Amino acid sequence: MLEFPRWKVWLVSLVVVAGIFFSIPSLLAGTPYADRWPAWMPHDKINLGLDLAGGSHLLLEADARDAMKQRISGMEDAVQTELRRDPRIDVGDISTADGRVSFMVRDPTKVDAAVERLRTLTQPLGLTGNRDWDVQVIDSTRVVLIPTNSGSLRAMKDAMNVARDVVRRRIDPSGTREITVVTEGSNRILVEVPGVDNPDQLKRLIGQTARLEFKLVDLDANVADVGQGRAPPGSEVLDYPDATPGLPFVAYPTAAGQLPKIAVKRRVMVSGDQITRAKQGFDQQSNAPIVQITFDNNGAHRFGRVTQDNVNKPFAIILDNHVLSAPNINEPILGGQAQITGNFTVQSANDLAVSLASGKLPVKLIPIEERSIGPDLGKDSIHKGAIASVIGTLGVILFMLITYGRFGVYATIALIVNAFLILACLALFGSALTLPGIAGFVLTIGAAVDANVLINERIREEIRRGRRLLDAVETGYREAFRAIFDANVTHVISAAIMAFFGSGPVRGFAVVLLIGVITSVFTAVYFTRMLVALWLRKARPRELHI
Amino acid sequence: MKLLKLVPDHTNIDFMRWRNLAVILSTLLTVASLAFTAYRGLNLGVDFVGGQLIRVTFVQPVDVEQLRGRVLGLHLGEASISEFGGPKSYQIRLPKPEGGDAAANIAADRVKQLVTTNYPGARVDAVETVSGKVSEELASDGLKAIIFAMVGIAIYIWLRFEWQFGVGALLTLAHDVAMTLGFFAFTRLQVDLNVVAALLTIVGYSLNDTVVIYDRIREDLRKYRKMPILQLLNLSLNETLARTVVTSLTVLIALAVLMWIGPEVIFGLAIAIFLGVLIGTYSSIYISAPVLVWLKVTSDSFVKVDDKEQTGPQPA
Repeated sequence: MLEFPRWKVWLVSLVVVAGIFFSIPSLLAGTPYADRWPAWMPHDKINLGLDLAGGSHLLLEADARDAMKQRISGMEDAVQTELRRDPRIDVGDISTADGRVSFMVRDPTKVDAAVERLRTLTQPLGLTGNRDWDVQVIDSTRVVLIPTNSGSLRAMKDAMNVARDVVRRRIDPSGTREITVVTEGSNRILVEVPGVDNPDQLKRLIGQTARLEFKLVDLDANVADVGQGRAPPGSEVLDYPDATPGLPFVAYPTAAGQLPKIAVKRRVMVSGDQITRAKQGFDQQSNAPIVQITFDNNGAHRFGRVTQDNVNKPFAIILDNHVLSAPNINEPILGGQAQITGNFTVQSANDLAVSLASGKLPVKLIPIEERSIGPDLGKDSIHKGAIASVIGTLGVILFMLITYGRFGVYATIALIVNAFLILACLALFGSALTLPGIAGFVLTIGAAVDANVLINERIREEIRRGRRLLDAVETGYREAFRAIFDANVTHVISAAIMAFFGSGPVRGFAVVLLIGVITSVFTAVYFTRMLVALWLRKARPRELHI
Repeated sequence: MKLLKLVPDHTNIDFMRWRNLAVILSTLLTVASLAFTAYRGLNLGVDFVGGQLIRVTFVQPVDVEQLRGRVLGLHLGEASISEFGGPKSYQIRLPKPEGGDAAANIAADRVKQLVTTNYPGARVDAVETVSGKVSEELASDGLKAIIFAMVGIAIYIWLRFEWQFGVGALLTLAHDVAMTLGFFAFTRLQVDLNVVAALLTIVGYSLNDTVVIYDRIREDLRKYRKMPILQLLNLSLNETLARTVVTSLTVLIALAVLMWIGPEVIFGLAIAIFLGVLIGTYSSIYISAPVLVWLKVTSDSFVKVDDKEQTGPQPA
């Protein structure tokens, strides 16, 4: 028992001292003394979970049917583009029903050539030999592309990764905020934003599909027909809520509750996908908020060509099927830059700029769980939690002191060191402290001394049995350790399962329990053993008061 | 200084004398508790049934009936209002709105608006909206986690001791969890995710005393090979009685403080663990030990593992 080598003393002391130093920044946080902490000392602080810091938690689920639909219509586009290329293969009766792309090849001799060329559109999946689409021929002239299961899974996974990045860019365009955006499972995205206690704002940012299109106004359409919702072939009728009065090509409402309507050509001049940059600005003349956009090369080229061919004609800027404005093309716009005017506020112009710049969501996301916590509740909770932790600890300490005397003092020192170590680990691992985590802390304090109780009771028992003092202490530590070990394994099992199944606050609780199990075995067993050994060696007591 | 001894040095309580009575009573209580839970149902929070929860703190105590009337006046369905932590804090629960997410936003906004216009200075502390899909998953995940934890721990005890001890641990855990559930069904305290975390914690911590007692039973079985099992169990229970009482007490002290002055949001969690530890102390004596009698544990149960045990974990 007396043997406690010097290197072990140093090692244990080192851990203890490190624990204290690493926990100090978290304890100083928010007090005036925080500034006096030297810069070369550790600075990791405990992150507060959303329930303590205040903020929003949003769980989004991808609409799998929408993702599938987008994938199939993407394939339809690709098929048409591919077969239109030289040597052209004429097809007809294209359908995307039943989750597959199918079409007739007009010239039966070209079916094989069509299949051959469509195969190049499909991707191999790993080394399995499977591809993401099956190309089949039925009834000798009909070609069918069927998405394979593994192909769909891969596409979903890719779409989720893109969606995650888009969501992140939309919430945090500058990339500087401490937000969490992660995919969960196969079709979910978890968003956690501290400080924002109104998830509506987040959902607005995320949910904006912002499909921006530029289309020419159909000047040949009969305005009366447009008012009835009818457009000539190749054109469509759209709402134009903010139409300025007196435009000849706008069908103004004749009854209350209607919106002005406008006919535009179906063909898209340029779309939002071809935008590389977008930012909010102000119109030089009217000083109204606008969105300034920059096209990519391809987009700039097309925009330049179309505006060149249509000088003095109006075109429509369309956002999600609503016409924002229909300015006149005064001169060809060749530089690849344009500005969108509309009835914007600074905020709405900014939101639009963000959603244009962040790209398109590859899949529709539906919020399925939302939680928001105001910052004041969190502050209350921290305050009450801290008081409860301190009083709880004092209660346990008092009990240990009156029950075990000197050995209670050792248990107390161990308990305090344990508290520091838990805080230090939380700060070092960067795992968030949640409200249930505070409960985990208090529980760990109560349970940590269990090991000391087991050891001390065993020592008492061995002394009663007439063992010599040193022998009793030695046996006490050795025999008690088995039960301490087994009990802690049961704690680890339940806490690990909790960490695996739980989310957010509950996981924070499990993490504190897990850390607490490890630190408490260290402090309550090894650390007190060292203290006891050092005392026994120095004092050489004849009898033990325990 | 005279040190406190809650349990005298040499107790000789004949625990096993009442074992049949205790087991019958415990079994009846467990069954009654489960039946009551099934019959009356738990007061499940939005985490498990979906819907919306809005927590509000007012500047002064408010007239609940008036608040209830105002919220019901919004026609958002069966709204329930309950005090939460103090006379100034309330939680308003709304059922799952029909019409998906948009409807849920509107409902929450209308309640927020009602609160801020009618009660100046009131603070909306939290808004939670959980869809039916998520709540079903949370409920089934919670249930799975509790079952996995119980079985996992029972298997560990089986590996470390003998199969009889594993069965004893499983029955003890089932008893503790069932009784805690019964308490929640009886008191109508809200069961949220934190309470499931508490049940999992109980699974881990209520077995503390059982582990200590089993460890001693194993030790005594090896030491006193000829002693009749009932006498041996009594001896082990008496030898570890001080430990059983004191270890539970330290945890209970800490949890009592947390229940008394800790944050309201985790009251359910704190009281569940408190209760679980209390029940666990009882069941470690009257469930864990008697099970070993029926399953006919004897000294011979350990003969073959004697060698293995020597290599068990030892302090450094």
